Parts: sequence; structure tokens; C-alpha cells
Amino acid sequence: MSEATFRGYERGFQVLEFQQVSKSYRDGTIAVRDLNLRVERGEFVVLIGPSGCGKTTSLRMVNRMVEPTGGSLLLEGRDVTSYDPVQLRRGIGYVVQQIGLFPHMTIAENIEVVPRLQGWSPQRRSERTAELLQLVGMDPGTYRDRFPHELSGGQQQRIGVLRALAADPDLILMDEPFGALDPITREQLQDELKRLQETVHKTIVFVTHDMDEALRLANRIAVLRQGQLLQYDTPAEILRNPADDFVAQFVGRHRLAEMQVPHIVRDIMNTRPVTLGVGASTEEAFALMQSRQVDTMLVIDEQGSLHGYVSALHLAHKRAVGRTLGEVCEQDVAVVGPDEDASTAFNRMDQEHLQYLAVVDEGQLKGIVTRRSMVRALAAAIWGDAQ
Amino acid sequence: MTGIWPDIVAHGALIWQDLLQHVEIVFISVAIGCLIAIPMGIWLTRRPRLAEVVITVTGLIQTVPSLALLALVLPVLGVGLVPAVSALALYALLPILRNTYVGVRGVPAGTVECAKAMGMNRMQVLSRVELPLAAPVIVAGVRLSTVYLISWAVLAALIGGGGLGNLILEGLATYDFGLIIAGAVPAALLAIAAGLLLSWLQRALTPVGVRRLAAGERGAA
Repeated sequence: MSEATFRGYERGFQVLEFQQVSKSYRDGTIAVRDLNLRVERGEFVVLIGPSGCGKTTSLRMVNRMVEPTGGSLLLEGRDVTSYDPVQLRRGIGYVVQQIGLFPHMTIAENIEVVPRLQGWSPQRRSERTAELLQLVGMDPGTYRDRFPHELSGGQQQRIGVLRALAADPDLILMDEPFGALDPITREQLQDELKRLQETVHKTIVFVTHDMDEALRLANRIAVLRQGQLLQYDTPAEILRNPADDFVAQFVGRHRLAEMQVPHIVRDIMNTRPVTLGVGASTEEAFALMQSRQVDTMLVIDEQGSLHGYVSALHLAHKRAVGRTLGEVCEQDVAVVGPDEDASTAFNRMDQEHLQYLAVVDEGQLKGIVTRRSMVRALAAAIWGDAQ
Repeated sequence: MTGIWPDIVAHGALIWQDLLQHVEIVFISVAIGCLIAIPMGIWLTRRPRLAEVVITVTGLIQTVPSLALLALVLPVLGVGLVPAVSALALYALLPILRNTYVGVRGVPAGTVECAKAMGMNRMQVLSRVELPLAAPVIVAGVRLSTVYLISWAVLAALIGGGGLGNLILEGLATYDFGLIIAGAVPAALLAIAAGLLLSWLQRALTPVGVRRLAAGERGAA
């Protein structure tokens, strides 16, 4: 196979794709087993799993630091093994944990490693360094000639990220870049990275064992265990529908919190709305409204079907004394199904200025969604079901 | 008390000539030692198992008494500068080889990995990362070899290699204590001077970032 030059930074690539990729060692250890994974352009994909799950090996196969023993890995639709490894790596940003910076080089020299390898002029390199330092709020004049050990851990790792961005690659690989930082700095850098990615639109493949980090950063999360991909999905979907017990356990407490967030109408509706039959009198309706402290009630017939609604205001307006609710009620009730999306229902109430939605399933009144029940459901999701 | 000064002054011209020759012998020997040991040490870092064998064998050379080694090269290479330098270069090998090996191996694997992952080829990793970081250790080996060789080179005179050994041997043969002093003292001073010079070089070659790092650690300790 002819060796091609990878110029991701010039042409841009569409997709990174693992096709049945495997990596086994001579001693029989299987690090990665039949991995299938597609990374779309501009995505932030996090590979996560316990140590030894093959996440780092998978990452390192992308820039040929590790060669797969089976399957193929496509970059721009071409097998990575068809690229010259040195050229390939120059076109892919790479950030590692801790020791990544060269201790004998200044900050500027560290950032300029790849541009130098690519033969940029000193002036262009220097401009790029200044631009990058400013991007993370570090003054080029102050920092450019310092040495890595003169910087804090957080600053060093920022430089590590900038170095990966220096030659403007489309794809950046990150292997637990924030693992060694204290929690506060780590969160700060995570936020910065997220913001950075939104401004520079890089495709990032990120390895971590920290679910908080994955949820914070990822567009999609790939959960691996013993070399196998268990689930590849958006953070929300992984929280909501973990593929198996292992994923569920790995997601852990996040899942518990997330599970309480209602997502269909049935979860949030009040199942005992204030109702009266069509035959009831307006006086009865007034009395019930007073005792239940509501100003509107739904009117149902003998079979439990929704017939309409009456409000205190229009009962008074219609001078409805002596008439039945069936005669005076309004019928244009806003209705929703119990299995419809809760957020859609919420938006509808908001946009149409509705006080409530009647929940109707096959003609039967099942409950009611009011603003109050919405607020209660959300409060329960955020603070738990504390009484 | 007359001291040693009159002896040195009396043999001034002779000392100067032998001193220069001494420096020449040591310099050539160390240079040959470097030319062999540094590339070999680097090469061995890629073959750790072989490295143990090679370093042990080189260590064995070191244990052969210098007098014996000189006697051994005599029948093969004859007398003169060439056999003397060859024998001394063999002695120079070990410290340089071992320090090159240890120095390059001592560069953190993660740093080398990172250099590679950023797209440096083998030579670039070596010249931009491994050697700059290993330089102080390698120079320490060179310094050790140089200081040893300055004293061992005195024996080179035995096989006609010349140098300050000439004065000492002559002094021993003629029971002239002054001649012995005239050869021994400059040799000792030369060893000290070379040691200082190479210490300075070692510091100069320590990358600034690493030097400050080491200083900072000492300060913190």
C-alpha cells in the first residue's frame, strides 16, 4: 500500500471510523475487541470505562501509536495504516496527562513543536503562539519565555492543550488530560475546553474514567469494558437508558438523579383532578371550587369521558343558576395524551398561555397537568422528593 | 626548604612539551571513547537486554590493570602513540557508555511518547528531546573518563606514548626526585583543571528549564 501524507489540517476530514477494530497482544491479552465507532466531524466524543477497558489503546490506534491487529480504522475514509505515521501524527493534536510538556523547552518552544516540524517561519510561529496564549487568557509577554516548571499544574495543562491546537489540526486526541489536577482547576479547564471547542470547532476524542467529566464535556459517550463497546450514545440517553447493569452502575448516582426527571406527561400529571359530572348543578360546582380552592374544573360524563370545563368566572357571567354543568360548560379544552413528551406539554402551556392541559387517553380523562404540577415535578427532580 | 618549585622551573620547557603531549593523548583517547560509546549507548537504550551484557563486558575491561592492558596491546600494536591511545580509549568507554545509556533511559517514557505522538521521527526525538535531557549525565561520564585518563596516561610513556609519564619514568630510572615531581604535579593539576572545565560544561549543557527545576527542588527540600 502506498503511503500517503495526512493533511487533516489542510483538507479537513469527515469522519473517524473504527470498523471491527481489535488489538490483541502476543501473550493473548485482548485490549480491544471488534470495536465499531463513528465520530462525526466537530463531535466531542468521550471514551470511558474502568482501567484496562481498552479506551487508551483505542485512542492511540488513531494516530498509530498502537497498531490494530484486526479491523480497520478510517480517517477521511482512508485506512490510517495507509498514512505515513509521522505525517499522520503531525496532523492530529495530542494531549496527555501530566508530563506532556518538554521541561527543557520554554512555553513558546513547547507550543511551537508541531509548527516547527511543519516548517512554519519563526514569525508565523510566534504570532500563532501569542494568539493561542491569549485564547486562554495568558499574557504572551509574561509566559512565552518561561519554563514549564515555573507554571502551575493548571497552566501547564492549558499549554498542553494549546500545543495540540498549535498547527490547527481538525482532530485532537486527549488522554486523561486533566487527571492529575485538583478538582477546582479540573472543572475550570473542562469549562475552558468546552468553550474552546465551541469556538474552534475541533473534533475531539477524549479518554477519561471520570463520569462527571464525560457528562460535562461529551456530545457522545462510548462506554467500554474489557475491550468491548457496551454503549455509544448521547449523555442523556446513557443516563436514561443504560445498555446493561454495568453501564447503569458506572453511571451510578448520575442516573439516579436523572431518572427522576419526568419525561412523559403521565409522570407529572395530577391523577385526581377536580371534576364534576355533566348532571351536577352550578351551585354544586361553586361549592366544590370553594372547598378545593380552584377556579376551574373539568366536566365529565357518566363514562368518565371529558365533556368540557367550567370556570368560576364564566359560571358567574352566564348567570347559570339552576342549570346543569353539561349545559353551561365550555368544550374547547386543551388536551394532551399521557404518553406525550412532558417537555412538549410544558412548552405548549407556556406558548399558548394555558393554565392547564387535560390528560385524555382513548376519550377517558386520566388527569390534569397544571403549572403547579409542572413546578412540583421539576422541584422533585432537582431537590429530590423531600417533603 | 627548597620545595618543588625549583624542580618545575628547571624542567620548564620539557614539562610544557610533555604536558601538551599528555593533553593530546588524553583528548584523542576521550574523543575516540565518545565517538564509540555515545552512539553505542544510545543504540543500547533500544536494546535493554543486550545493554546489560555490553555494559558488563565494558566493565570487565575496566578491571584489567592498566599496566597489564598496556602490556597486552604492545605485541599487537607495537609501541608509540597509537597503541597508547587505543588502550586508553578502551578505558574511556565504560563511564561514557554507561552514562549515555543511563542518561537516555532516564528521559521519562511519557516525554518520549509525547514527542513521538506529536510527529517527531526517531532522529528528531533523539536530537530535540532525548539528548538535550540526557546531556548533563553524558557529560558527567565524559568528565569521569577524562579525569581517570589523565592519571592513567602517565603509564602511556611505558609503551612510548609520551606525555608527562616520560618525566616520571626518567626520574624513576635516574633516581631524580625532581623529575618525578615535575611530571606528577602538572598531571595532578591537569586532572583538577579538566574536572573543573567539564563540570562547567556539564552545567552549561543542562537545559535551563531542567536546571531551574533541579534548583527549585533543592530549594524546596
